[in-house]
Amino acid sequence: MNAALAFIAVLTLASAAVAMALRNLIHSALLLIASWFGLAAFYLWAGAEFVAFAQVLVYVGAISMVVLFAVLLTRRSRQDLAVEPASLGRALSALLVGATVAVVLARAIFATPLAVAPTATPTISVRQLGAQLMGPHAAALLVVGVILTVALLGAVVLAATDRADSKENAP
Amino acid sequence: MSPLQVCLLFSSALFCIGLVGALSRSNAILVLLGIELMLNAANLNFIAFWRYSPAPAVGTGVLFVIFSIAVAAAEAAVGLALVIAIYRHQKNIRLQEANRLKG
Amino acid sequence: MSAIAATEPFLERAPQLLRDAATGFLPEPWRWLVNSLIAIGVILAVFGTLFAFLTLAERKILGRVQNRPGPNRTPLPFIKIKFFGLAQPFADGVKSLTKEDIVPRDADQVLHFLAPVVLLAFSIITFAVIPFGRHLVPVELDAGVLYFFAAGAATELAVFMAGWASHNKYSLLAAMRALAQLISYELPLLLAWVPVVLVAGSLSTTEIVTAQAGWKFGFLPHWYVFTPWGFAGFVIFIVAALAESNRSPFDLPEAESELIAGHLTEYSGFKYALFFMAEYFGMIALSGMAITLFLGGWRAPLPFLEWIPSYAWFGAKLIVLLLGFIWIRATFPRLRMDQLTRFAWKFLVPLALINLGNAAFWSLTSHWTGALQLIRWAVSLVLIVGPFVLMGRKLSAGVAPRVYRYAPS
Repeated sequence: MNAALAFIAVLTLASAAVAMALRNLIHSALLLIASWFGLAAFYLWAGAEFVAFAQVLVYVGAISMVVLFAVLLTRRSRQDLAVEPASLGRALSALLVGATVAVVLARAIFATPLAVAPTATPTISVRQLGAQLMGPHAAALLVVGVILTVALLGAVVLAATDRADSKENAP
Repeated sequence: MSPLQVCLLFSSALFCIGLVGALSRSNAILVLLGIELMLNAANLNFIAFWRYSPAPAVGTGVLFVIFSIAVAAAEAAVGLALVIAIYRHQKNIRLQEANRLKG
Repeated sequence: MSAIAATEPFLERAPQLLRDAATGFLPEPWRWLVNSLIAIGVILAVFGTLFAFLTLAERKILGRVQNRPGPNRTPLPFIKIKFFGLAQPFADGVKSLTKEDIVPRDADQVLHFLAPVVLLAFSIITFAVIPFGRHLVPVELDAGVLYFFAAGAATELAVFMAGWASHNKYSLLAAMRALAQLISYELPLLLAWVPVVLVAGSLSTTEIVTAQAGWKFGFLPHWYVFTPWGFAGFVIFIVAALAESNRSPFDLPEAESELIAGHLTEYSGFKYALFFMAEYFGMIALSGMAITLFLGGWRAPLPFLEWIPSYAWFGAKLIVLLLGFIWIRATFPRLRMDQLTRFAWKFLVPLALINLGNAAFWSLTSHWTGALQLIRWAVSLVLIVGPFVLMGRKLSAGVAPRVYRYAPS
């Protein structure tokens, strides 16, 4: 059981780290998709079946597509995809900040008395989740619906060309 | 080390990788992906705490992650639309060059 | 798998009996493992064979439609009898295996290799949740339908990988088209089956089939396709499924005549065959899902036909749907990119959303009887036919049948 967890964690972390370090944008995006798959595997391991499939559907099915599309739209030649690395100072300071945060978090985790006995993997059926969503969390569900609609409209407005007719009328 | 601690360390490491990526890279899309990773690390924590909670039948952690995934989708759509808008103005998406308020 | 009552007909229990006879002597954990492996093997064998003969059927039928014989020269091995070209798939297999595997020098070597593998893997794992028969569900999942579409969403990613890794401008165009097509048609595909989940009250494939049991008036099965919203959902689902599996008339990513086969341009030999196989597997899996969601799964259409085992009904429905796909390919011309996206966003998505409301009305009025039942049907029909006609008129505004001025009509 814990071997599976370690396997998932190592794979996810490795692909995420390599994705953040690579120069080629497309490779970064594809490796990140691999790490999203790893997260879905973790959710499956933890017994949250619905969340795992939703993760794959949303991240791998939708967000990755939008990311790859944006990568392809915002480049002029194939060489554009190889992003030059950030300056050394910036990379070092970012690493320093990251390491500091990691140490703080790790110390906090080890210092907190987490009174947790090893338990069996819990299960939650889709029916239970649906009842929760429609009952106590109905207001939040409505708010999420509004957010998604606003985001959709906002994205269309932002990405649409300013003068839609000028290009067509140009000779 | 209890399994919960392993999960939490896993999530912290993922969070820090996302943080380092978002801080060190200059490409707008990569920064956005780093932020997505940090969000994912938070989701992982919710699921881990739900997994080892005394009353998993309530499912609060799972519900929170579902909402979080929905918000992440909205964030990605708007963020990438912004990236495309920036690209249209300055013909590249290096963030240090996006320093003008008037396009 | 659930326990099977011994009262059921022998043919219904035959697959389980066979399996138990083969693995019954094994101790428990090993037995489970071997049973799973047998299930995987059977799925691969059955659908691999189906794939082989489907390619032949497609070529034969396309040939018939275009007034030519299609493949008919391949003799059966050793006996040299030309029997409708039935050995053609095996000849194709041998050919693709013995061909040289060419990888372009500038290609992204790793992605170029990974693309067909990822594509095939994700096409195959979707079979895991489809109920092929009364007791033939490889994996019972509480969120089975969601699993199916989550796995299916990853396949278009592989098409992108193939197009991008080839380092070829036509392939790259194909990759962009594939992405745009996936983003556009994912939404109607998902929205088309949400009404089914709403009415059946479950995301599990077995329970959706269970919910479609029984007959109305003794002859009309309770399949969802025989309700106004179900029929609309089925049609939207099939259209979106055609687009998702890159089938004609939505085969823009591999349009032979404009993109010289798009993402397949730089693939040869066995990798090309893998792409082909994955396309057909995807098509078969989506048809299987359509059968499960709308056509009553493995259920018999009429009460007195129930003695025929369930998996035979599933197979029959599957073959009918696949022949329909081939027929559509032979009939419709390919869409243009702007037509494709406009059709998805301005027609299919609104229609699917309205259909969702329609299904909600249907499930709210499930207790109506007698004359109210007629009102229920009428309202549901109006709710879907009205928007269809109105939006269809708007979509096809300014389009009229072509007038042939010089050719005799």
